[in-house]
Amino acid sequence: MIAIYKRELSSYFNSMIGYVFIAALVCFTGIYFMAYNLYSGFLDFSYALMSLMNILMFTVPILTMRSMAEDRRGRTDQLLLTAPVPLWAVVLGKYLAMVTVLFVPVFLAAFCPLIIAANGEAHLVSDYASLLAFFLMGCVFLAIGMFISSLTESQIIAAVGTFAVLLILFLWEDLIGFLPSALSGVLSAFSFRTVFYNFAQYHVFDVGGLILYLSLTALFVFLTIQTLLRRRWN
Amino acid sequence: MIEVRSLVKRYGRHLAVDHLDFTVEDGQIFGFLGPNGAGKSTTMNIMTGYIGATEGDVLVDGHSITQEPELAKRSIGYLPEQPPLYTDMTVEEYLLFAAGLKKVPRHERNEQVDQVMDMTGTFSVRGRLIRNLSKGYKQRVGLGQALLGFPKVLILDEPTVGLDPKQILEIRTLVRRLAKDHTVILSSHILSEIQEMCDHLLIIHHGKKVAVGAPDQLERELAGAPALEVTLRADPAAASGLLLGLSGVNTLAPRPCEEAGCCSFRLEQLPGTDLREAVFTRCAEAGLPLLELRRDAITLEDLFLRLTSDDPDQELPEESAPEEEEVS
Repeated sequence: MIAIYKRELSSYFNSMIGYVFIAALVCFTGIYFMAYNLYSGFLDFSYALMSLMNILMFTVPILTMRSMAEDRRGRTDQLLLTAPVPLWAVVLGKYLAMVTVLFVPVFLAAFCPLIIAANGEAHLVSDYASLLAFFLMGCVFLAIGMFISSLTESQIIAAVGTFAVLLILFLWEDLIGFLPSALSGVLSAFSFRTVFYNFAQYHVFDVGGLILYLSLTALFVFLTIQTLLRRRWN
Repeated sequence: MIEVRSLVKRYGRHLAVDHLDFTVEDGQIFGFLGPNGAGKSTTMNIMTGYIGATEGDVLVDGHSITQEPELAKRSIGYLPEQPPLYTDMTVEEYLLFAAGLKKVPRHERNEQVDQVMDMTGTFSVRGRLIRNLSKGYKQRVGLGQALLGFPKVLILDEPTVGLDPKQILEIRTLVRRLAKDHTVILSSHILSEIQEMCDHLLIIHHGKKVAVGAPDQLERELAGAPALEVTLRADPAAASGLLLGLSGVNTLAPRPCEEAGCCSFRLEQLPGTDLREAVFTRCAEAGLPLLELRRDAITLEDLFLRLTSDDPDQELPEESAPEEEEVS
């Protein structure tokens, strides 16, 4: 797993993808931080993160589109799947490499609350809790993207598909409003936007929400493994 | 040792591999021969654990590829038809990655990679990006990857396809050298290549085993007793009477003969007989001049064509199904 993790991580930085992903997120973190906190004088960095969530939805598909699809198209999956490595280690190695790339802009964003604190009052606890929720939400996005990438050989389809799914999940709350109330009550539990807003807007440490994020991540990593297994046996 | 037991692979209604059974002993160079789409790549992909079989199993040194995949895969180095290369890496980076993947101990990795680059002649291109290499070099890097960890068994799927004649010779020499320490299984649709390199071969057609054995043994067993071409200066009726009188004649068929006053026959012998001396003696005794006596041996090529020629009656559902090479 470590060999796959290292290779994937270095490939993100051998190509432009890793740099573009990090640059886009860091750039928009700076813009929102400047607009909300430095220019408008809000004390909470979490407000900037709420806007940054949209940018995350646009950039995650760029990172995840090649994760599985490229191996299948280039037939390098033959190397990975015939090596004495269990399938879960292949998938997890690739997933953790993407998580590491995501960690870079999140780590850089962690300096922003300190800048606020250096210049006056700051809500450090709620800001860092929001940043944790933002990171875990990003991990869910990456798992969804990896799963969609495992369904196709085409990186374009993987990227567009991931974006579409993330957009639907973003609009989840509004969409389920059209459903009968009994159904929408159950489905609203899966709204990851609500969980994030609990942290960022209402400063509530939503433990249930974090469990939802971790469960969804595990579910989509599991589904990716199952997709590869299914393809092997069909 | 590799044992393939009653292997079946079905893609929908298409039967890509049909109850294949064979054993590869240690130290053999084992050739898979078959026309395009015969099921060679699919079989190799199952043997290496890339895809699963619908039925049956493969045992590598006693370890089942489905039950104990990691143990079985440790004994196998696989070069698929299209080498699985990460083209954004340099040759050395890629081989170091493959060594890690194959769980070569950390302190041995650099040494093994150097050794493999030396064996495959890729030392001079170690720092170059794989995407910039020629096809021949890419093939060598792919072979280097299969060699890492020095597995007991090397499975090479059409290792010379698409290479120029010089590169083909180089790869063949390399494979022959490797065969001294490894069991090598290689596939090809080129008969001469298999004939030249392998000491054992399996001919498959439509996923079925049609023949297995050493090339010369196959020639002997499957071709039966070679036929004789006989030309005599005699009356055809008298000559055929004379030849049919020999014991061990299976059939006798007249052949056109251009020389006046002569006649030719094709004499098929019963298995295990050689009638050349008897024909000579009988003709001499009867005073009929024997102008020509030639043994018409069936070559492996004739055999291959005969075994893999399609009987039109048998081709029904397979026609609409996808080619196995595409699926694998």
